[in-house]
Amino acid sequence: MAHHEITFPTDEATVRAFRAGDTVTIQGHIIGIRDATQIRIFDKGVEPPMSLRGAALLHTAPNVRKLGEGRYEPMCIGTTTSARMSRFTEGLVRDHGARAIIGKGGLLPEALVPLRDHGGVYLAIVGGAAALETTQIEEIEQVEWEDLMPECLWKFRVKDFGPLIVGMDTHGESLYENVQVEARKRLEETIYSRL
Amino acid sequence: MSATIETTLGQAVEDAAAELYVWSLKDIPTDLRDALGDALEHETHPVGRRILETIHTNVEVADEGKRLVCQDTGIAVYYVRVGEHFPLHPARIENALREGTRRATLDHPLRSNTVHTLTRKPTGDSTGHRIPHVHWEFVPDWDGLDVKCVPKGSGSENMSFLKMLVPADGVKAIKAFVLESVVGAGGKPCPPGIVGVGIGGSADLAMHLAKEAIARPVKTQNPDPEVAALERDLFELLNETGVGPMGLGGDTTVLSVHVEQAHTHITLNPVAVNYQCWAARRATAHVSADGAIELDRDA
Repeated sequence: MAHHEITFPTDEATVRAFRAGDTVTIQGHIIGIRDATQIRIFDKGVEPPMSLRGAALLHTAPNVRKLGEGRYEPMCIGTTTSARMSRFTEGLVRDHGARAIIGKGGLLPEALVPLRDHGGVYLAIVGGAAALETTQIEEIEQVEWEDLMPECLWKFRVKDFGPLIVGMDTHGESLYENVQVEARKRLEETIYSRL
Repeated sequence: MSATIETTLGQAVEDAAAELYVWSLKDIPTDLRDALGDALEHETHPVGRRILETIHTNVEVADEGKRLVCQDTGIAVYYVRVGEHFPLHPARIENALREGTRRATLDHPLRSNTVHTLTRKPTGDSTGHRIPHVHWEFVPDWDGLDVKCVPKGSGSENMSFLKMLVPADGVKAIKAFVLESVVGAGGKPCPPGIVGVGIGGSADLAMHLAKEAIARPVKTQNPDPEVAALERDLFELLNETGVGPMGLGGDTTVLSVHVEQAHTHITLNPVAVNYQCWAARRATAHVSADGAIELDRDA
């Protein structure tokens, strides 16, 4: 289990070095996206007004306080369940060059293919730990598509963001799948016989 | 009853609801803290340990900064026990709970999650048609009111399952269904949490009971010894699956299993599972007939 301290945006080679089970801490910038943001990009075909190239994307709908025109203060920023946004993985990595997707619960297993083919990783955050996550966000630097509030495109400047665990890597390995396979084996071999 | 007492009590219940909603979101109960502490003590998997340590840090950060533990302020669910002599009608109690929820959301401010189910149009104040949801219990020979607020997040609520088993399937199938549900949910409901199981009754009652089960203090046992034995069995079996904290592997898959049961039809054997995440937020207030509010950490 290696640890990686990475400043985002980053390049493909950097994330290809990650292995499932490694830990990651992020410096630099993270871009917040959610269901509505990705529906607009992919289903409605609208080009995002900020570049996702090399980015770490976070599945979030932040709770913020408005300070002025386009300026927001973080109140509580946490992470939502990723699985329902799995189908956007290929577009994010192949077409927009995103390198990391941060969320909780994992993407569906089919997301392993675009992550492998186009060089992206899924980083698991500790779901529910929003108090800590909020203190790791130094500033909301940019907000686009405010009409989708709170599912806008958010640019966060972060410090020591993590710990994150590499849940799905570029080598076709998923901790979630490994755990599922092992759990089902235990159910079949040692648990069901004792019910 | 006089109009003055009604106004005072209505205000007291509204104040209690507003206080409970915010309090529950920031300060998790002692029994839950203890269960998370036990989990860390016993967890041997390195990833699982790292996650449980982060959960502890998160709870401390929330305590120190009076911050929300989790960003998902949920759907406000209230469990209300009302005495037959409590001098405010349940219709007024329900209205006060709604107003308290609305006030807390707008004043704090808290993220409102409620939308129209078809149009997805937000209401903006955490209330809506039939929301907050209130579970009622009516108590004879008593003049008090207990209000428990359980904000229920969507990550765990999305992991709710119902199966209409047949009597011949027996208890074995009930256990298998709970195991399949929790393993299938994986990391999505933010394990390790509380697994609420409702058995018996009808389809709607089984899920209602599963939801009541998650609202109980962590590791409390059902008073029926048969049901308590099922709770213990499921707790042990679920923690043998290895799903672990956040579904990334480990010894701790669930903190507690709570089962509630109702009698059922001769041909029915319903089982419902309602999952509660590790941030199992819960806060209670006792309101007396004169409007005095006493907050309760343990109920």
